This record gives sequence, C-alpha cells and structure tokens, in this order.
Amino acid sequence: MIEAQALTKRYGTTVAVDDLSFSVRPGRVTGFLGPNGAGKSTTMRMIVGLDLPTSGAITVGGHAYRELRRPLHHVGALLEARAWHSGRSAYNHLLCLAQSNGIGRRRVGEVLDLVGLAGVARRRAGGFSLGMGQRLGIAAALLGDPPVIVCDEPVNGLDPEGISWIRGLLRSLAAQGRTVLVSSHLMSEMALTADHLIVIGRGRLVADASIADVIAAGPGGHVEVRTPQPEEFAAALRAAGAHVAAQDEPGTMTVIGLACAQIGDIATERRLTIHGLAQHGASLEAAYLELTRDSTVHRHRAAAETGALS
Amino acid sequence: MTAAYPTPASAPSVGFGNLLVSEWTKLRTVRSTYTTALIAALGTIALAIAVCGRYAQDYATMNPDDRQSDLTNFSLTGVYLAQVALGALGVLAVSGEYGTGMIRATFVAVPQRRLVLAAKGIVLAAATVALGETASFAAFSVGQAILSTRHVGMSLGDPGVLRAVFGAGLYLSATALLGFGLGALIRHTAGALSAFFGLLYATTALTDILPTTWRNHVINYMPVNAGSQIMTVSHTPGALSAWLGFAVFSCYAAAAIAAAAVVVEHRDA
Repeated sequence: MIEAQALTKRYGTTVAVDDLSFSVRPGRVTGFLGPNGAGKSTTMRMIVGLDLPTSGAITVGGHAYRELRRPLHHVGALLEARAWHSGRSAYNHLLCLAQSNGIGRRRVGEVLDLVGLAGVARRRAGGFSLGMGQRLGIAAALLGDPPVIVCDEPVNGLDPEGISWIRGLLRSLAAQGRTVLVSSHLMSEMALTADHLIVIGRGRLVADASIADVIAAGPGGHVEVRTPQPEEFAAALRAAGAHVAAQDEPGTMTVIGLACAQIGDIATERRLTIHGLAQHGASLEAAYLELTRDSTVHRHRAAAETGALS
Repeated sequence: MTAAYPTPASAPSVGFGNLLVSEWTKLRTVRSTYTTALIAALGTIALAIAVCGRYAQDYATMNPDDRQSDLTNFSLTGVYLAQVALGALGVLAVSGEYGTGMIRATFVAVPQRRLVLAAKGIVLAAATVALGETASFAAFSVGQAILSTRHVGMSLGDPGVLRAVFGAGLYLSATALLGFGLGALIRHTAGALSAFFGLLYATTALTDILPTTWRNHVINYMPVNAGSQIMTVSHTPGALSAWLGFAVFSCYAAAAIAAAAVVVEHRDA
C-alpha cells in the first residue's frame, strides 16, 4: 500500500507535484497516467526517498521510505533514468545492492534467471541495450521479493516482445497480491496492463478510478484525422472549438468535440486536404485526452508560442 | 482481491557490516580502481628506482652541496606521483556513482545516506592504507638497496625512518580520502578532480600573494606542505612537525567529507 497525503514538490518557483493525495492498493496493477511533465517521475522518486517532498507525505506500508532499514524488502523500484555503473557487470551490480540489504548471492542468481539475463550476467552493464537495461532494473527491483513494486515508464523504448514480457510480469506480480504502480504517458499501454488508474495533470490529481469508470465518464468518442497539412488543419479545428492532439504518426490527429461531417465541412471551407477520417467509439484514449485537457491545452499553447507543431 | 503479499519479516536486520561488504564489492568490481591503484603502486616504486639509481650513479662525482640531506624522503619521491592517482581513485569511488546514475540504486537500497558515505569512506581508507603502505615500503626498500651500493642507504631502524615510510602510506590514503570527500561534495568527476588538483597545487602557489612574513607562516599549513612532513626525516626550519602536519592535511579531507555529509541528506539524488 502506497499513500500520498497532500504531497507537494516545488523546484524553485516550478510546482512539479501539487497537493496530491491518493492510495495505491495491493492485488492489482495501478496505472499512473499523465502527460509528459505531469509530475509522475517526481512522485515516484519521492516514493523511494530520492526526492524529499516540499510538504505533505508519501508512505509505503505506513512508513516514510527513509525510515526503512531494509528497503529492498519493502519496495522494488524501476526508475526511468539509468541506475547502474556502466563499468560493472550485471551480476556484481545486483550483488552489491543485495549485500547492502543482507540478501544472499543465491537470490542474485534467481532474479537474473527470472529476467532472462543469466547468460550475460558477467558482461559490463554499460554495453546493455535498452531492453536489457530494463530487465536489469527489474531484477534489482525484485531482489528483496518486495510487496510493493514501482515502475516508471517500464516499456519506454522496448520492442514488442519486451513490452509484452513486462506487461505479463507486472500482472503476475499483482496477482500474487503485491501492490504494483506503473507509470506511463500512453493510455493505450495502460488499457492493457492496469486495473485501476490514477491520472494526474500538471502535478494535480485528475482521476482515481477503475478503467471502466474512466471510460464511462469520458466523452462519447473521437475522430481520427489524417492530413498532409496538420498545422493548418489543427488550427482550423481548434478555432471551431475542438480539442486536437497530435498522434505519434506524422499527420495524424485525434479530435474531440466535432463529428466527421463537421470536420469534412471545415476542410472544404478552408480548402484543406483529408487523407483519412475515422470515427471511434468511446475509448480510454478519448477519456484520457478529456481528463488531461487542461494540462495539454497548456502545452499546445506553449508549443504554438515556440512555433512547434502541436 | 487476493490477500496482500507479505513483507519478508524474519530476516536479520541490516547492520553497518552489510554496508561495508557492499561498498567493498563496489570498489573491487570497477576497472578504474585497478588502473589507479596500479599507477600509484608502480609510480611510487618506479620513481624510487629512477631517482635513487641516478643518484647512485652520479654520487662519486657529485658536488657535496648537491647531496641529499634526507635520503628516506628522497626514495619516497614517487608518492607525489601516486597521490594524483589515489586522489582520482577517491574521487571516482563516489563521482562514478553520481555520473553513471548508480547513486540512485544505492540510495534506494540504503536511504540512510550518511551511513553510505561512512561505509564508503572506511572501505576506501582501509584499501588505500594497504596499498599505500605496500607501495611505500617497497619503494623505500628498493631505493635504499640501490643507495646502499654507495654505502649511503638508510635503514628502518634509523631515527624517524620507520615513521616516515609508514607515514607515506598514510599520506597516500589521506589523499584518496580528500578526493573522496571532494567527489561526494561536488558529485561531478571533472569538477571534483579540478578541486582536488587546485587544493593540492594551487593553494601553495597562491600563498605568494601574501606579504612575505605571512606567507612563510601560512605556507606550512597548505595541504602538501603540511601533509608531506609525515614522510620527512629532516624537517626544514619552521615546518610543522610530522604528526601535526599530517593532522592538518587530514583536516582538509575531513572538512570535505563533513561538508558532503551535511548536504547529502537534503539533496535530491
């Protein structure tokens, strides 16, 4: 169980986490969702004591992290940034961490087997690929067989096989009764992994609900538009009151608040080219966009000011 | 919902000994430890061979004024080279963790950060005392063996000699701890190394801007001037005594480590 109470973190005048309260329960995967810069990583770093809250508190099993004497037995953490010495082998990396918490060598071998790194355990971790690095991070998180697992963007940069492996692992850890908190900025990923969602935007709590509740509370649906003139098109749609978000694929946008017919009319009126127009039903993606609208609006404005494509 | 997964409860609680074992593993499993240690040991011994060999060769034809007054210290000349390597070893022992991100794993595993620093410092001190003494006694033995071919060699039984040779090993260890303290305080390898060299070499040069009477007093308290007294048998007039000088040198290292210990708990890692 992880509990945040009025958690706040400021860096100078920037508020990264703003009066955030939530609890993460055992036995299910809780998705921690928000746009980039929403404060997910900062919150996760505060869970494991790397950052100290400016005010408020965050506890694990009722304890402030820095009070724990054998923290690897309480919390396993995979943080977003690399956390190993590039010159040390995977085995020795895990060994020195294990020793600091009184964990034996046998367990080091076990977690290496579990994550599939046994064959490269003696190689310098600096030469590891992104996927191997994530596996090494997971191995470190599992060393103490902890009841609480925290993973910050665990699938970032992984190939499909790695993604599906992590997804299965997190689900099986939760099925064992552990508390699992996984952050992502991708709703599509969370839809496949999480049972419950905590959504934050600009450091504030936006939603704390089951996946089904989030979809039910979301807007009716969205339209996907493909166009060779994304900038002009997005500007025209926003002028008509729609909410527009660019997708990863260039020239593809998600539009909320306008139907296909209205979008088609706008295109004709402004002489804009459409390569694709598709109506999608109520989805988690749309619900998420709606939930984080405030923070993404903020980002679009900032991007527009610097002339970037939003 | 399934029953909550239990925290493993019965394992023995973690003591400071676990941290020492962990830090020793860290120190012995990166290449830079061996590189710097090898440079320090070979440098100390090789310079003893070089300077003593040259001295022995020229001894017969040497102007009496050019003869060394302190042949013990002379055979320990390589310590001034080794201190650079050991300072780098100390810096890297901690800046290497910050630079690579390892520090995050370290502080997640052991959130009592001052205990981590303490364990790291103790392991580093023990390892570098062993290395420093080995290098120092080896350099002295080799150097004096060469000098004894001209019947001018010193022996460990001569007054002050054992202290000077043993002291050279201590000096090297204190140098590594100074590097460690600066590394923990500054956290960046390049910055900490610059501070280390600055403290070691620039401080002595900077005393020249003082009025001469002050300078002649203050310079005795500069790191190398103070620290090197422990490996000197015949002290120059006005210099600090062997142990007082070493104590002053140790204070520089202690100050850096203490400053790091003050700030480490509050910094975001």
